[in-house]
Amino acid sequence: MDLGDIQISLLLASLIVAATPILLAALGELIVEKTGVLNLGVEGMMIFGAIAGFIATIETGSPWVGFLFSILGGASIAFIFALVTQIFRANQVASGLALTLFGLGLSSLLGHSYTGIKPAAFSDLHIPILSEIPILGVILFQHDPIIYFSILAVAAVYFLFRNFRLGLILKAVGENHDSAHALGYNVIVIRFGAILVGGAFAGLGGGYLSLVRVPQWTEGMTAGAGWIALALVVFASWQPLRLLIGAYIFGGVTLLQLNLQALGLEINVALLSMSPYLVTIGVLVFMSARRSRGSLEAPRSLGKTFFGL
Amino acid sequence: MLRFEPRKNRSKFLEISAPIIAVIMTMIFGGLLFYLMGKNPFEAIKLIFWDPVMSPTFSEYSRPQLAVKAAPLILIALGLSFGFRANIWNIGAEGQYIMGALASGSIGLALYPLQAWYIFPLMIIGGILGGVIWAMIPAILKIKFNTNEILVSLMLVYVAEQILALASVGFLRNPEGLGFPGSRDLSKYSSAANPELISGTGIHLGVISAFLGVILLTYFLSYHRTGFHIKLIGQAPRAANFAGVDLRYIIIFCLSLSGGLAGVAGMFELTGPAGLINIDFNVGYGFTAIIVAFLGRLNPIGILLAGVLMSLTYVGGELAQFMMNIPAAAIQVFQGMLLFFLLSTDLLVTYKISFKTSIRK
Repeated sequence: MDLGDIQISLLLASLIVAATPILLAALGELIVEKTGVLNLGVEGMMIFGAIAGFIATIETGSPWVGFLFSILGGASIAFIFALVTQIFRANQVASGLALTLFGLGLSSLLGHSYTGIKPAAFSDLHIPILSEIPILGVILFQHDPIIYFSILAVAAVYFLFRNFRLGLILKAVGENHDSAHALGYNVIVIRFGAILVGGAFAGLGGGYLSLVRVPQWTEGMTAGAGWIALALVVFASWQPLRLLIGAYIFGGVTLLQLNLQALGLEINVALLSMSPYLVTIGVLVFMSARRSRGSLEAPRSLGKTFFGL
Repeated sequence: MLRFEPRKNRSKFLEISAPIIAVIMTMIFGGLLFYLMGKNPFEAIKLIFWDPVMSPTFSEYSRPQLAVKAAPLILIALGLSFGFRANIWNIGAEGQYIMGALASGSIGLALYPLQAWYIFPLMIIGGILGGVIWAMIPAILKIKFNTNEILVSLMLVYVAEQILALASVGFLRNPEGLGFPGSRDLSKYSSAANPELISGTGIHLGVISAFLGVILLTYFLSYHRTGFHIKLIGQAPRAANFAGVDLRYIIIFCLSLSGGLAGVAGMFELTGPAGLINIDFNVGYGFTAIIVAFLGRLNPIGILLAGVLMSLTYVGGELAQFMMNIPAAAIQVFQGMLLFFLLSTDLLVTYKISFKTSIRK
């Protein structure tokens, strides 16, 4: 492999592409968890977004319509989770698992006749002037619009929780739903909304996977990306900027692993394929070991059902 | 406005009827799904729930399959239910199932073609240990570092799948298999085989173990101190804490139990119905068992019934696939729906719901 500077900048650029599906899904989950809801159905929402967007793109020929449907798909399947956990007050862990099983099944059902087709290409948007910068231009400014959106969304979520009243309300609901309720906020409505937003992000992440990252539809193509997104939220200690860093580190590991496979080194393919999961476990251990000594950054009401009203 | 009042005692009547309501709701919505797919919903539902047992043409094949598919589901779900009661979420049973099969398969294949009585028991121990060791990873990480066991156990499923792939094309591949992936057929190696005991019933040692497991664990949950502690943690964690329940011990216990049962389920599957280790050895029993555990209300006898019902959807689903060209994924959707309805109806059991307007003081 030529390790000239062009190669490395291309590698870094594709690292960002590799990380974006997980980044989007994790960002959505971060918002959800900030309001105290643990939605373990990210994998299901992602894969449903992936197939919804894929079908829409094939049928209309426009990736933009595809992404819209990914978002709607993710949100609509998240609606079921919201209904079950917020209205019927079911256990969040079990409901999240149900969402994943349901999403995986429904997506392979819908995607049955869509395997092996290539979707319409999604063109890159080279940002004028900035994309001309040597090296940095290739890495950062010659991407497709969804990547720019994902980075802007991280910034937006960062400022939402730091500078805006709405962010504070979301956090209040997540930290102590009884107090938030006493203050007059409608815990159920706020959480319901957050779950839908989280689903939309996960759906978009899935759509990015099937429309840009791969781009193709294969059954179970998320292959644990949703679960890794969940782990990433823990890694990031519920902070958006750390989430960005974490996602790009993870994108790097995935890419490195794929590149090593392509190089056909003596390292076994199976060992390389399991490396992203092992890295995730390692990171989880590292983060939780550090945290068990210090303060717990998780929202206090995380995973607890609100029975007031 | 909706109001929720916790019931003093869980309603016995609803406890039993809630799963039935959920099953009926799933049939209705599943029927709707089949209708949308352009299939006759009544025919499909009948094919899934009725024909495998009652149809004279299909039942000869389907009835034994019912036992074969229910056994791993029941074994795995029994183990999981203990953890779920105590809020210990092992969702990586699929991985423990694979590792149990790999460990026992390695023992059997290493001793091939030796014929001896001790090979099969040794493989059972291997299967249990394989599952237990794989489940000990999330357990120890949880105890030592407070790492989330949900994510770790799930990640280990993907790792186990890669090891399975590695084994089927590498270290466990059949040397006489002309280079195709997959190990020797253990069901044809008499010292390691787990054959059908009564012909035409599908009953093998795994099925018998599942029954034994139900009896033993029912007893354990009701009369053993650890069983009581597990129930206590689930219902009143603070009380459990005051009573001096050692949470670390409970974590180790619940994960060993679920890992061991998943591992031994993998062992029975490998030496019987599956026969050999191959890339597609695992078919999702570890995940479906989660539904079985909930459908059975985390109760061993309930799990027995739920396992049979879930097995019915598998066997019936195959029939529907064969006769009506309904894809296998539709059955997965069906099972997902069932879990949603179950969880939703749970509210009826634990809470009294009234539509009164809230009284303001």
